[in-house]
Amino acid sequence: MAEERGAHEHNHDHDHDLTFQPNIEDSEPGQYELMTYAIRELLIEKDHLTSEELRVAQEKVESLERSDGSKVIAKAWTDPDYKQRLLDDGNGALAELGIDAGAAKMTVVENTEEVQNVVVCTLCSCYPRAVLGMPPDWYRSKSYRSRVVIEPREVLKEFGTVLPESKTVRVHDSLADLRYLVIPQRPEGTDDWNEEQLAAVVTRDTMVGVTNPSVS
Amino acid sequence: MSNNFAPGDSVKVRQTHPPGHRRTPYYIRGKVGQIERVCGDFPNPEELAYGFDGLPKKTLYRVRFRQKDVWENYSGAETDTVDVDIYEHWLLPA
Repeated sequence: MAEERGAHEHNHDHDHDLTFQPNIEDSEPGQYELMTYAIRELLIEKDHLTSEELRVAQEKVESLERSDGSKVIAKAWTDPDYKQRLLDDGNGALAELGIDAGAAKMTVVENTEEVQNVVVCTLCSCYPRAVLGMPPDWYRSKSYRSRVVIEPREVLKEFGTVLPESKTVRVHDSLADLRYLVIPQRPEGTDDWNEEQLAAVVTRDTMVGVTNPSVS
Repeated sequence: MSNNFAPGDSVKVRQTHPPGHRRTPYYIRGKVGQIERVCGDFPNPEELAYGFDGLPKKTLYRVRFRQKDVWENYSGAETDTVDVDIYEHWLLPA
């Protein structure tokens, strides 16, 4: 220890314990990760897929436009008939805007004065990727997945969302073939806004339900 | 074993722990809730997971549970709920 300290007798103000960015390869790959690598290599080796095809597919998934969701909500806010179609048949209403939600059944729920909807997948990370893109890390974290069903109000508080007791918190556990999209409440003072202006306040987290749109 | 439920029906989630890929989380097993809506028929994901065709299709329901009925010490409001997607073969009339 003394020797180490001796080697550091220069003036610096950084903390050696916190200096380094951890490498993502530093943790041992899990069994499923290894299986994924193995299957990937086999598919390529046996000419079922090329590396380029895999890369293109991955790039496509990772670059899905999350702004699509904002457009959908802005339209729902300005067109009550569209909102009703969205609530009745999510996939059909998304298709009207050229959005293919895939095989999953898009289930759209609406926040009101009485209800705050919050989405989670306690088993894995089911998420409406067709409209919101890739889920954020916190959505996939074990702490969010386990806690938001048990103590949603405390979790929402950590997101800065404090709800009165009079408002019902409705957690949606998205487990199998349904994907959820939350229509947030349209903020007050936006009556004369157009769809583009409205879409700008509809952030990803408002469509998962952990926060609400604000107009500053 | 086909169960046909309608919105508003009381159902109990089977309290069973079969091995394998299951889409019904542990915390909701054995709990009683109400059918919120019928979501349609889908190939059974618990069969698809093992490369089978998932047929016959199973009816998927959204079941609404009062949080106070799910968690003994739930600290939120009486009206708070958790809505869970559950396949017919996990549900019993209650």
